[in-house]
Amino acid sequence: MSRVRRARLAEAVAKAVMGAATLVVIGIALFLLGYLTYRGAPSVSWEFLSQAPRKAMTEGGIFPVIMGTVYLVMGTAAFALPIGIMAGVYLSEFAPRNLMTRTIRLAIANMAGVPSIVYGLFGFALFVMSLDLGVSVVAGALTLACLTLPVVITVTEESLRRIPLELRQASLALGASRMRTIQKVVLPAAAPGIVTGSILGLSRAAGETAPVLFTAVAFFAPMPSTPLDQTMALPYHLYIMATQAVRPAPHIVWGTAFVLVAGVSLINVIAAGWRSAQRRKIKW
Amino acid sequence: MVKDQTGSFELENVSVTYGKETAVAGVSMSVPSQAVTALIGPSGCGKSTLLRCLNRMNDEIGGVTVGGAILLDGADINARNVDPVELRIRVGQVFQKPNPFPMSVYDNVAYGPKTHGVRTRSDLDAIVEESLVRAALWNEVKGSLKKHAFELSGGQQQRLCIARALATEPEVLLMDEPASALDPISTQQIEDTIAELKDTVTIVIVTHNMQQAARISDRTAFMLRESMEAPATLIEVGDTRTMFTNPSDKRTEAYITGRFG
Amino acid sequence: MSIEPLMTARGRTGRAAAIRRTAEAVTSGLIRASGWVSILILAAIASFLFLNASRALQEVGLLTMLTGDSWYPTSNDAQFGFIPMMVGTAWVTVTALVTAVPLGVASAVYISEFADGRIKEVSKSIIEVMAAIPSVVYGLLGIALLVPNVKSVFGLDTGLTAFTAGLVVGIMVLPTIVSISEDALHAVPDALRQGSAALGNTRWQTVWKVVLPSASSGIFAAVMLGMGRAIGETMVVLMLAGNAGIIPGNPFESVRTMPGTIAAEMGEVVRGGLHYSVLFVTGLVLFAVTFAINLAADLVLERQRKRWSR
Repeated sequence: MSRVRRARLAEAVAKAVMGAATLVVIGIALFLLGYLTYRGAPSVSWEFLSQAPRKAMTEGGIFPVIMGTVYLVMGTAAFALPIGIMAGVYLSEFAPRNLMTRTIRLAIANMAGVPSIVYGLFGFALFVMSLDLGVSVVAGALTLACLTLPVVITVTEESLRRIPLELRQASLALGASRMRTIQKVVLPAAAPGIVTGSILGLSRAAGETAPVLFTAVAFFAPMPSTPLDQTMALPYHLYIMATQAVRPAPHIVWGTAFVLVAGVSLINVIAAGWRSAQRRKIKW
Repeated sequence: MVKDQTGSFELENVSVTYGKETAVAGVSMSVPSQAVTALIGPSGCGKSTLLRCLNRMNDEIGGVTVGGAILLDGADINARNVDPVELRIRVGQVFQKPNPFPMSVYDNVAYGPKTHGVRTRSDLDAIVEESLVRAALWNEVKGSLKKHAFELSGGQQQRLCIARALATEPEVLLMDEPASALDPISTQQIEDTIAELKDTVTIVIVTHNMQQAARISDRTAFMLRESMEAPATLIEVGDTRTMFTNPSDKRTEAYITGRFG
Repeated sequence: MSIEPLMTARGRTGRAAAIRRTAEAVTSGLIRASGWVSILILAAIASFLFLNASRALQEVGLLTMLTGDSWYPTSNDAQFGFIPMMVGTAWVTVTALVTAVPLGVASAVYISEFADGRIKEVSKSIIEVMAAIPSVVYGLLGIALLVPNVKSVFGLDTGLTAFTAGLVVGIMVLPTIVSISEDALHAVPDALRQGSAALGNTRWQTVWKVVLPSASSGIFAAVMLGMGRAIGETMVVLMLAGNAGIIPGNPFESVRTMPGTIAAEMGEVVRGGLHYSVLFVTGLVLFAVTFAINLAADLVLERQRKRWSR
């Protein structure tokens, strides 16, 4: 066999092996999503989405659970978005190129790698205990906000960097100050990327269990009427129903899981679609 | 409108340094008001750098120092009490590539006046119309002021950028190769606009197109960087017609007749 | 020249300008301050963990905990040895990496070097969807699909083992490993590929001899980040690893892990008590270990970015 033919054969084998690995990865993803849909989708009905649980959680719906997660995510957004966007603006528009900025970047990358259970411990120690917020929506939202911040900061900085320099110069040349240029030209132009990226980060927060375990949730609680109340939440509800329920109710467990994944994916798809539509409209 | 005889520059021994490297040195010339002054020369000869000194846009790039004196109607623009933001209201700029903001035609033009405190709708309407008329774009966009600026053609976008710069009523308009990214017909329209504007605004235009300089300018300055080690300098400045028919410097003649550059 | 003559007829009055300038100074001050938020939060995490851990650090001692081989936190003569859960975490992490690294890196190579545009896009978006599935859902899928099969295939008493949890954690960290490895491969300049192809190398020879070595530091960082995630993963191990207190000899036993222990016991301890404080020590150790791993990965990634950005 000639050298070239041997090389061609090796290439074919390598390509097949790696293609198979890719197929396995994609296959696992599709199988899991398919299985989840197969088990969970039949449970979903208007009643399931709009009613409270009945008969010790074995019947009825998960409306208060859904709302609990919605409140937590809204609270997370209220804390993480303003601070995260400002920090992103700082990194893209103000930060000097020096050791300090490098340290800040490293800190952001590292925040993203801190285990979620550690955020839970931290949130408990700081928000629940030291700030005396108790186990509450606001303590959970603050904890989730810490976890979401690195995502918001990173997408803000990246979106701002995509805005061409000429646009900033045009505004400056009209006698606009740097702050006004950022506020009126740069941020609006970068908005699609910032909004979509932040939504992706928030949807991850919606699915987190460990950070809210001791900061916000209860297995059974009425709908929170103030931010200082405990709440139910989809991921925690799912965890308890799957592992610790006295009387198992599989249709509720799988229905909850399906609602969580479908909700998160739907929001992600809408956000990503909106961003690409905006970007098609605006080409630099 | 613009007060008579304002918007003239006097440059005295101007130099520009990036970090340690001197890019432009020893430029002394005057820019008369309400006329078109063209800066010509091969690429990399510091024309654009010199232009950006006139509205202190070099301030926005870190590590740039400007030496010598630049006087706008007799006052030093680099003096400590001059806010570059306010200088740029008097000295507008149009860039090489059209760079409209991602907003409507109307909002693009109204951006400058709004920034400087004009709030009344009727005032803004009047300014937008007047500026678009001066930039010779009004007839094409008057029915579609709400249209997104990116839907305009390249040439229209550049005239929109001119209108946007005119809306703050600058006394001077700096143009950095404003037609180099455009097709010949759009270039012609921009040149016509410049010819009309020069009655009311002082124009300084950077171009590497000598025919363009000859067509539109009253005065021409020729800059050259003679070696990679030396900074760019001003070779010759004078009346455009004289310079193109009877240049006094051999290097100018060589450049104009196309022997280098 | 004073400021006033610079104003045109359309300029604002001095006072309005002064107000705006003040407002802008305040905003820009806020923005500059918020730049520090990441460092502030990391420092707060470290100090609050330490503050709450200090009682256990004084009364039990870090070394005693790190070298203790039994965990009986609630008995009268309480024992707080970390070794069972450190070994448990290790088995889960090893299983996860053995699953995820070969699969993930091979997929990344295929997607980056061989797949054409359409397949590339589709694969990348499916992997993104995979990354968006919450860990508690992975836990549920593991309970339904894996636990009974592990039990019957390996003939065990329970399907809740380090192996089960590790397999699921491995699937969970796949997206991290694939996408960061793919970024690293993508960052290798095409000129290198063309240079190699021009010497008569096949695509695969080029990948093996040129692209993979050039991207190796980035792929290493991907593995490190995947490892950091595996060590810190909580819900999957809580639901699937079995949480037994013994020191496991092999991955087919029920194990407890560090994150799982915190999650399971934090809700039941006396606030401010010794056990409570020990759980914060566990958190501190977890924080320190993942911090070190992530820092190493970030530094490697940064060096790689510098190398190609010239």
